[in-house]
Amino acid sequence: MNDVSSSGVVEKGREYVMHYFDGTSRRVCVTDIETNFPHGKLIVSRTDTAGVITMGNQSFVDMSGYEAHELIGQPHSILRHPDMPAAAFRDLWETVRAGNQWHGYVKNLRKDGGYYWVYATVVPNVREGRVVGYTSVRREPSRQQVLAAETLYRSMNGS
Amino acid sequence: MNVNFTVSPSFPTERITDWYIFNTWLQRALSMSIHLELYDDFGSQRKAILEGQVDMIYANPFDASLLVRERNFQAIAGPESGDEMVVFTAAEKPFQSITDLRPGVRLSCTDDPSVNTVGRILLEPADIDPADIVTLPTDTYIQVARMVLRDNADIGFMPVDAFEALSGIIRRDLHVLVTSQLHVIHHSFLIGPALLDSREKIAELLVTLHETEKGGSLLAGLGCNRWRRLEHEDVELMIDIISTLTQ
Ligand SMILES: Cc1cc2nc3c(=O)[nH]c(=O)nc-3n(C[C@H](O)[C@H](O)[C@H](O)COP(=O)(O)O)c2cc1C
Repeated sequence: MNDVSSSGVVEKGREYVMHYFDGTSRRVCVTDIETNFPHGKLIVSRTDTAGVITMGNQSFVDMSGYEAHELIGQPHSILRHPDMPAAAFRDLWETVRAGNQWHGYVKNLRKDGGYYWVYATVVPNVREGRVVGYTSVRREPSRQQVLAAETLYRSMNGS
Repeated sequence: MNVNFTVSPSFPTERITDWYIFNTWLQRALSMSIHLELYDDFGSQRKAILEGQVDMIYANPFDASLLVRERNFQAIAGPESGDEMVVFTAAEKPFQSITDLRPGVRLSCTDDPSVNTVGRILLEPADIDPADIVTLPTDTYIQVARMVLRDNADIGFMPVDAFEALSGIIRRDLHVLVTSQLHVIHHSFLIGPALLDSREKIAELLVTLHETEKGGSLLAGLGCNRWRRLEHEDVELMIDIISTLTQ
């Protein structure tokens, strides 16, 4: 994944160096600008078994701020926001690898440094008895649940 | 062989005749004897499916899950656009958006599992515990509209095409709070194991139907522009998506 240069960022944001689970890292810029979930829509994406993005619907692309070709083939952590605790994603992967559905509130990072909240469900795609990938379907969360998740994640991050 | 064909009961009742006309055309085109049975409600249709009385179906997305995953049906074609629905209220009500709704809200809906599941998801931003939604089931979409207009219900659920089929006078007094734009959930033509040998022939007929004038008018009667070919994986993905909405 490439560093996100501050040129694509709308407002001067804070810079972070993100360290990913696979040992790689990149510099990202973070602002306080929220993009609201588009009413009536679902944000859908699929990954292979390693979490590399294989497909996303139009809302997925639009909300991310990236072009489709910048997302396909990248690890899904391209959308990871520094406010998200690592434990949430550990739980996600443990749950889906065990063949179950995972649900949770997720704050995602846009290419422009802004963020958006979703209520996500991740399911294993089982074909002829074998897991061939994963699909995530996100829907609009309620404000109350987002506030609760914000508080919880802040405490998990120890700040 | 005698083929049993059915259509999930989520289409507006004005289209019943058009489905019989379509069936007559399909029988001729395939040189097969096809019996069209339309069930009044989802419960009786589901019973027929489980008893093996369905060989071919224009299925609601939720029935597609059961038929593909548990009864080895295969998807062959589907409409170009998804099944979308509306959540509406009476124009005179103070609600401007979903988040204005409060616990105790009275909901009028039919037994369409697809519309009801999507509708409940679109209510989630209001943060109302499902136990605090008073559900008032009715039989038809016209009744759903009446319940809302007569203030027997605060909101109603309806497929977009049923809503658009309401008369202008009724619609003028209704206010749409949200319209789904999921795109990923749609009806599909499914065939059962007994028809697999005719899979290609039936699929080809359906996806080229719009190419003739006669075919175009058959499709228009059913509320579609054209059907596109569906591969098995298209429906598998839709079923995975539906599974996330029903938990
Ligand atoms: C289908 C699927 C969708 C995912 N969607 C997201 C997402 O929208 N945002 C996100 O930060 N992580 C998402 N993840 C989790 C990432 O794979 C990754 O675990 C996470 O971003 C944390 O990064 P790290 O594992 O490199 O620490 C998704 C995983 C799967 C399997």
